Amino acid sequence: MKEPKRILDVKGLQTTFFTDDGAIPAVDNVDFHIDEGEVLGIVGESGCGKSVTSLSIMGLVPSPPGKITEGEILFQDKDLTKLPERKMRNIRGNDIAMIFQEPMTSLNPLFTIGDQLREAIKIHKRDWSKQQIQDRAVEMMKLVGLPRAEGLMKEYPHQLSGGMRQRVMIAMALLCDPKVLIADEPTTALDVTIQAQILKLIKELNNRLNTAVLLITHDLGVVAETCERVIVMYAGKVVEEGPVNTIFKNPQHPYTRGLLESVPDMRYKKERLYSIPGNVPKPGTIQVGCRFADRCEFSFDRCVQEDPPLYQTADDHKTRCFLFDPKEAAEHDRTAVKS
Amino acid sequence: MTEPLLKVEGLKKYFPIKAGILGRVKNYVKAVDDISFAVQQGETLGIVGESGCGKSTTGRMLMRLLEPTAGKVFFDGQELTQLSNDEMRKARRDIQMVFQDPYASLNPRHTIEKILMEPLNVHNIGDPKERKKKVHEFLEIVGLSSYHAKRYPHQFSGGQRQRIGIARALMTNPKLIIADEPVSALDVSIQAQVLNLMQDLQQELKLTYIFIAHDLGVVRHISDRVGVMYLGQMAELADSEALYEKPLHPYTQALLSAVPVPDPEFLREEMLVAGDIPSPANPPSGCRFHTRCPFKMAICETTVPIFAEVEKGHSVACHLYEESRPQ
Ligand SMILES: Nc1ncnc2c1ncn2[C@@H]1O[C@H](COP(=O)(O)OP(=O)(O)OP(=O)(O)O)[C@@H](O)[C@H]1O
Ligand SMILES: Nc1ncnc2c1ncn2[C@@H]1O[C@H](COP(=O)(O)OP(=O)(O)OP(=O)(O)O)[C@@H](O)[C@H]1O
Ligand code: SF4
Ligand SMILES: [Mg+2]
Ligand SMILES: [Mg+2]
Repeated sequence: MKEPKRILDVKGLQTTFFTDDGAIPAVDNVDFHIDEGEVLGIVGESGCGKSVTSLSIMGLVPSPPGKITEGEILFQDKDLTKLPERKMRNIRGNDIAMIFQEPMTSLNPLFTIGDQLREAIKIHKRDWSKQQIQDRAVEMMKLVGLPRAEGLMKEYPHQLSGGMRQRVMIAMALLCDPKVLIADEPTTALDVTIQAQILKLIKELNNRLNTAVLLITHDLGVVAETCERVIVMYAGKVVEEGPVNTIFKNPQHPYTRGLLESVPDMRYKKERLYSIPGNVPKPGTIQVGCRFADRCEFSFDRCVQEDPPLYQTADDHKTRCFLFDPKEAAEHDRTAVKS
Repeated sequence: MTEPLLKVEGLKKYFPIKAGILGRVKNYVKAVDDISFAVQQGETLGIVGESGCGKSTTGRMLMRLLEPTAGKVFFDGQELTQLSNDEMRKARRDIQMVFQDPYASLNPRHTIEKILMEPLNVHNIGDPKERKKKVHEFLEIVGLSSYHAKRYPHQFSGGQRQRIGIARALMTNPKLIIADEPVSALDVSIQAQVLNLMQDLQQELKLTYIFIAHDLGVVRHISDRVGVMYLGQMAELADSEALYEKPLHPYTQALLSAVPVPDPEFLREEMLVAGDIPSPANPPSGCRFHTRCPFKMAICETTVPIFAEVEKGHSVACHLYEESRPQ
């Protein structure tokens, strides 16, 4: 089998916010990569650092107070963290594109959909004629399944529904055939029937154009349905990484297991939901040890004394938990989830 | 069957849309348009549907936080829709609400003690000493501690604030709790805690719930019966089991097939409905779902389907089932 080509490689990324409460490492030593044409998910609860990770890749971390304090982000052999803003701007439009949760805030309410699409094309294709630009705009609108493209071009963002606005945002993001599309909670603000349409569209485009997709979500159902590989984040750290099938069938990290157990499944009724005790820690409050230790039913001394590394538990599976340290395996029964 | 605790008949809410400087009424948003249902003592009725279908408006009308345009609400032997404002205020002791946003619904300048004490003051329950005792008791019941009483809302996490919201609703020993998206703003791990708490409280205190949410997994988990709303109307209502295993209304079928399931190997029966939800200011004629329905017939465009039982305890508003109805 041909080795898949890595397109983006994030290594030891740390992004810190310097606030009145001190330096908060919102993203802390995060490693992952995306292969050409794959759909990678990042899942985790509110505040775990999903958006900051994607903003770091895009060079859009609000600064001050935020700053990439360590690590590198390699894209086509360039380290994006070292690129000047001018070069980064070029990468953003052409190579890596992003869509956000609330499409309304990313569209200008004062200009028509057509104006905004044409403007976006013009920035990248300076030598194109008016007709070429117009044709491309219509083509893109059709690509994302918007009805009556010509008519819609004359309308303003508020005249469109949430789902249609998200389609417009996807059309804009794909204008220049980016290699990577980062979608940060692209369907969270949408209704479930509309969400199904948008997820289907993202998968189709990934198939057809071979655009790699980094899909950020807190919804485990969306991950199961859309992604091939997934990263689970907790309090700024990657706690588990693996193929979607493995993570859902054979989760290793106690947090991942707890999370999967706590989701109600529409297909059947669980008598009682498992619930992880306690609350998600505020980033920066736990300095040493596993970030999940105070909520973990397996924790032992070492968990609060040292930071667990990301153990490679199979060729394609990694887990940040001492239970998976070969030295510990004899002493701890990591298979039993008490509930 | 015993008399239901709550019965709703032909409930409607039309919000006027005003136009021009004179504010003439141009049209109406038919937010809730003729719905009827009943809730039995001790059960949980879930209400689901997509954004804007009228779930919150329904919930608010049951307590007359919003005045219905038409229809009747019977609760525990009284017709709420006939009560004077004063009588209604008294009746609210037995019906309480829990809201989605624990941030917005708790006064940031008041301590938790003051927030929880307020319903007791309003309804004149107990003396100051008893009230204080009750506050501490209920903090414990919802899994907080009495030392939390002196703190302010911003000192709590989202899940804890929702516990406070629930404690506040329980202070007057209500019979019915209307929970409007009580876990939608919470993370999955915290959501599970709050759902378990609500189930425990229901058992212990013999509560009746109306649980409004858009998350179909959550609703199945918590509900005995479920009503599905579309554009201000009830499309289907049945026992939870029947609704999820054998949905009859094409909209319910579409809704269920659109929910992402946390199992990558699950092969769904795909039933993608095209298009967007029409505006409730200008709802489609006939069946309101006909513009998106894959089974649409000629009659669907012209005639409003009646919401009625097709099987025992299973009601649906759809022309596909007109024949199979018991006459
Ligand atoms: N502008 C900022 N100033 C200070 N801290 C910030 C800022 N933006 C983010 N953070 C911190 O970074 C952490 C991670 O935030 P991030 O937005 O990445 O979370 P998330 O995983 O995307 O959560 P959500 O699911 O709620 O979108 C937060 O807990 C927050 O404390
Ligand atoms: N005060 C109001 N004035 C005018 N229209 C209103 C008012 N309140 C609600 N509406 C409209 O009534 C319809 C139903 O709203 P409602 O809030 O009941 O929906 P919902 O089902 O609770 O939606 P969501 O899932 O978004 O909370 C919507 O179209 C809404 O815009
Ligand atoms: S390292 Fe320890 S505390 Fe952390 S998840 Fe593993 S067992 Fe639990
Ligand atoms: Mg985010
Ligand atoms: Mg609502």
